[in-house]
Amino acid sequence: MSESTADAVIIGAGIVGAACALVLSSHGVRCAVIDAGIVGGGATSAGMGHVCVIDDSEPQFALSSLSVGLWRELRDRLPRGAEFDGCGTLWIAANAAELDAAGRKAERLAARGIRAELLDGASLAQAEPRLRPGLAGGLLMPDDSVVYAPVAARWMLDQAEAAGSRVRLGGSVVSIGPSRVGLENGESISAPWIISATGVWAPQLTPGLPVRPRKGHLAISDRYPGLCRRQLVELAYITHAHGHSDESVSFNLQPRPTGQLLIGSSRQYAGHDPAVEPRVLALVLARAIDFVPALAGVHITRAWTGFRAATPDSLPIIGPHPAQPRLLLATGHEGLGLTNSLGTARLVASHMGLEPAPIDPTPFLASRFRSAIHG
Amino acid sequence: MEHRHAKVVVIGAGPAGLAAAARAGEHGCSVLVIDDNPDSGGQIWRGDHGLRARTWRARCAAAGVAFVHETAVIGESAPGTLVAGRPRGPMRVRFERLVLATGARELFLPFPGWTLPGVFGAGGLQALVKSGFDVRGMVIPVVGSGPLLPVIAAYLRGRGARVPIVAEQASAASMRGLATGLLGAPAKLIQAIRLRAALWRTPYRTGYWPVQATGEDRVREVKVSNGQRTLTIACDALACGFGLVPNIHVASTLGCHITEGRVDVSDLMRTSREGVFAAGEALGVGGVECALVEGEIAGLAAAGAEDEAADLRGRRARARAFAGALSDAFRLREELRRVVDDATVVCRCEDVRWGRVRARSCWRDAKLQTRCGMGPCQGRVCGPAMAFLRGWRVGDSRPPVYPAGAKDLAVALGSAGASAAPDERGLRERTNMEPER
Ligand SMILES: Cc1cc2nc3c(=O)[nH]c(=O)nc-3n(C[C@H](O)[C@H](O)[C@H](O)COP(=O)(O)OP(=O)(O)OC[C@H]3O[C@@H](n4cnc5c(N)ncnc54)[C@H](O)[C@@H]3O)c2cc1C
Ligand SMILES: Cc1cc2nc3c(=O)[nH]c(=O)nc-3n(C[C@H](O)[C@H](O)[C@H](O)COP(=O)(O)OP(=O)(O)OC[C@H]3O[C@@H](n4cnc5c(N)ncnc54)[C@H](O)[C@@H]3O)c2cc1C
Repeated sequence: MSESTADAVIIGAGIVGAACALVLSSHGVRCAVIDAGIVGGGATSAGMGHVCVIDDSEPQFALSSLSVGLWRELRDRLPRGAEFDGCGTLWIAANAAELDAAGRKAERLAARGIRAELLDGASLAQAEPRLRPGLAGGLLMPDDSVVYAPVAARWMLDQAEAAGSRVRLGGSVVSIGPSRVGLENGESISAPWIISATGVWAPQLTPGLPVRPRKGHLAISDRYPGLCRRQLVELAYITHAHGHSDESVSFNLQPRPTGQLLIGSSRQYAGHDPAVEPRVLALVLARAIDFVPALAGVHITRAWTGFRAATPDSLPIIGPHPAQPRLLLATGHEGLGLTNSLGTARLVASHMGLEPAPIDPTPFLASRFRSAIHG
Repeated sequence: MEHRHAKVVVIGAGPAGLAAAARAGEHGCSVLVIDDNPDSGGQIWRGDHGLRARTWRARCAAAGVAFVHETAVIGESAPGTLVAGRPRGPMRVRFERLVLATGARELFLPFPGWTLPGVFGAGGLQALVKSGFDVRGMVIPVVGSGPLLPVIAAYLRGRGARVPIVAEQASAASMRGLATGLLGAPAKLIQAIRLRAALWRTPYRTGYWPVQATGEDRVREVKVSNGQRTLTIACDALACGFGLVPNIHVASTLGCHITEGRVDVSDLMRTSREGVFAAGEALGVGGVECALVEGEIAGLAAAGAEDEAADLRGRRARARAFAGALSDAFRLREELRRVVDDATVVCRCEDVRWGRVRARSCWRDAKLQTRCGMGPCQGRVCGPAMAFLRGWRVGDSRPPVYPAGAKDLAVALGSAGASAAPDERGLRERTNMEPER
């Protein structure tokens, strides 16, 4: 049985594992990154790639605004294929009540130094003429962006490899012992630190973790450059994302640099079956057409699904496993894992004593669910 | 939205689909055939009014088989309800039994210059000529592989083109093995002899494959090689074809079992899904003979006439054995994997070159990192090519099977009764959305 060593083993080569590898290797930590499949083959390839500040709770605001800033710092280093686009977000208020809420949100954000501009109905129509007439207004967040996650993850791992880390694909980790992981082919790797960035699969390696798959449907169109300019999201999205109803659909539209349109999305607690459900896809498309009537005639070339790793309080789990202090968990990012990957990596580095904590790490600790985890 | 219903629904109006439809109709079933072309006949009988095509069309008509043309099946909204797209808007089709006769498409293998204007798929060029494209006086070499090359060469000559060469990549030795196979299939033998006669002035070179097409604005020259000698042939256009790839998207979207790119069936053409049958090239390339007998079996079995269907199994076995001999004889050679260079475009939709994909670890990795196969054709062209070049497993099984309008999908896939249908605002704008290429 072969045995190798590293300073840290990172399980998972999704965007979260890749961001950890990037940050840790910049501190001189030699990582061994292991993935059962290919780089970004999990939720990372399925997600929309919207990098945005979300303020539905204090900790979420802290982590997402930190992360949005870190993505901006990275933008000039990313390869072209990562398609970083500082297109911003335009939150759409369908009615007066939503516009009021948007106004309060704008004030809160402004108070914390985040740029946010309230638009009335007329300015909204001017900003995005393809939106249906009669909408109440919107909230423009110019510093949000979009990034193509699979290529970003590959690039982060390339950087880590250049700094002395290793990436091993195509074999799963089947056991985690103290300072050691076992692979399915019988090999093992020992390292003082183990980081589980296994997304929705985390409970398989660390049973008891309250992470549930939350399915999402997306569709992509042929090329229609200029149909919209910003990432458009309905404000009700926040309610849908934060709530835990079994099924919800909200309007989310992203202009791709190719001129394609990425249309989302649904949220369902519906098991692990990745099949595209015709009924749900229909709801997603209908919702999008309702907001942007011109979408009716665009050709959809492909639809797919992905699973978000959802936690009971909608916050990720970042930090030591309650029973194994040197096993760090980095999962449960639900619909914000691309955004929060960079902030997560900084928190992981701080748990390893490599840098001071950039934000309060307490709300993300796994110990908040202690009763559920039998370690 | 239009709704249709039939006891037996057949997807595909080629020989397999027509035979299935006629047989099921003759047994008293209501039958509906869905096909995305303007006319029945599939690849081979398109615009063909030869005896066999006429016979099967007449049998369908006599049995009361209904057809919907220019209609592409794009998915299933609920078990037993197909969704199809067409220019006038979507339709739903309910079936009790379904026969998949979705045929095959041409296999394109990339080589330097294959994307130049004037380079055509051999079958595609034939279809173009059938629909009016004038090739009189044009010099058109036919290169690639398979029994269809001489057929197409003869056709092009018949329409006034000059065919300076038919370059078949298979070696003379592997073709000789076929002669024994031919004895078992008299109809094929006669066809082959006729072709030889029609082609007597065209050199048929075995063991030569295309290595490069060149030309500034369009193809002017093609180089074919046998590994030692390279021939340079001036041309006005180039027809290339490397065989066929089974169309399995509908089958896999419906959840039917697929093995090595072919739909799995029992000896009565049952797929792994209850009530769903398949016939013809979707089961692996086999030719007309094979498609017809499989269509008959599938149609009979779908109509519940299983004994009658079972009687045809011997004929089918012989046709398949012949198809197997053919595919051995025309097996693609190793050298074809090495004609691509780093600058050769492998995915036309997304302009992805070989240099970028060759290092990827699998089809999905290539898609995610390079966009290969992510364009409008969804890997229908480059997928099989990459399967050949890299040995990757390439497959897919999601709706929509073909690109379809968002509103059409929303309406047709949505559950009836639910407020899935967007209101009329969408309808007004649907006409003016042409994608940019
Ligand atoms: C429809 C949808 C839309 C989304 N939109 C957005 C968005 O707009 N913005 C945003 O920020 N986020 C979005 N997300 C969320 C985001 O995609 C995810 O949160 C993020 O990709 C999670 O990354 P990850 O690295 O944690 O997980 P993953 O990408 O799933 O990676 C986990 C990896 O771990 C590997 N693995 C698991 N177990 C093992 C094992 N035992 N051994 C070896 N390897 C293992 C897997 O193979 C996988 O590659 C969306 C998600 C979905 C589903
Ligand atoms: C920002 C963004 C933009 C995107 N843009 C595009 C785009 O322009 N075009 C596009 O097409 N996609 C696009 N995608 C979609 C995307 O790459 C994948 O569709 C996505 O990874 C979801 O994965 P999937 O589950 O569809 O898996 P896929 O990437 O489709 O992989 C599924 C794998 O399963 C195999 N498989 C599935 N069913 C079968 C079967 N029945 N038999 C054998 N093998 C089978 C296939 O071989 C394939 O390898 C985009 C994604 C993102 C995040």
